[in-house]
Amino acid sequence: MSAEAISENRAKSDFLQGVRLSMPVVVAAAPFGLLFGALAVDNGFSVLEALLMSAMVFGGASQMVGIELFGQHVAPWLIVLSIFAVNFRHVLYSAGIGRRIAHWPPVQQAVGYFLLTDPQFAVAERKAEAGETVGFAWYMGLGLPVYVFWVTESALGAVFGRLIPDTHALGIDFLLPIYFLGLVMGFRKRPLWLPVVVASAAASIIAYKTVGSPWHVSIGAVAGVLLAVILPPRHSGVEARP
Amino acid sequence: MSTTLWIIIAGAIATYLTRIGGHLVISRFENIHPRVEAGLNAVPAAVLTTLVAPAALGGGPAEWAALIVAGLVSLRGGLMAMFLAGAVVLVLARQFVG
Repeated sequence: MSAEAISENRAKSDFLQGVRLSMPVVVAAAPFGLLFGALAVDNGFSVLEALLMSAMVFGGASQMVGIELFGQHVAPWLIVLSIFAVNFRHVLYSAGIGRRIAHWPPVQQAVGYFLLTDPQFAVAERKAEAGETVGFAWYMGLGLPVYVFWVTESALGAVFGRLIPDTHALGIDFLLPIYFLGLVMGFRKRPLWLPVVVASAAASIIAYKTVGSPWHVSIGAVAGVLLAVILPPRHSGVEARP
Repeated sequence: MSTTLWIIIAGAIATYLTRIGGHLVISRFENIHPRVEAGLNAVPAAVLTTLVAPAALGGGPAEWAALIVAGLVSLRGGLMAMFLAGAVVLVLARQFVG
């Protein structure tokens, strides 16, 4: 077998490994894609606009907030600012993942950052933590199914939105917190994991009660990160390099 | 172009800026200070916790039971197993306690 054929096979199996890991994400996000489409049409979006927003923004929570404000006829600049605020946590993901994908060509990196959602970041970080290389094919295998399903579900929700039965009894409003808890638990072997989780949980709850959503996410995240920065490096497992 | 379309485009640009911005800022520095690296390593647990904690606090017995069972399963099983266990407990518990 030629070297090219071997590397092509390698990329294919990496891609498929990513696809397998994307399945829980696809399942957990599905109700929200449908829900977003239904709410978007309900708030005055056309089916095409709902599809376009999912395809271009690709950020569930921020899209929900955006259409909610749109329905309340809030000023457009304030809607955009709110989308920015809800998505601000990605700045931290972006700073963290840059170390893992720096070896990709710039165009691939630009595409990679577009797909950088919560689960995308968490699953890629876990792979890097296990000492494995985060390759482009693997990353696409993880991200593309989530993207394609998200956009498709938004369109389906927009067309058939009113047919969704009792969402509460089906538990779909609480599936994402359960999934995110799983992601948090996946990092429990990291140094400082427990203090960071406690600090972020406390700060986000206090901020949620006082400042309000969506700022509790950024405030809680900064609290946990700051704690890790402030504690002496010997606790955080990062030694000063000579 | 309609206002809606402008909102979607501006929202998409704002979102992409958050997804590439952190990298653009941090890549300006040649050496990453150990404390900054420690902070970056704390990012997943710190951010993802904020997506769980307020939701958990706002929940009731059904939600708490689901999170506890899912958390316990995650100590042994994989992500899919913990997710399904939590979802099953949630749906069952809501049949009884609403």
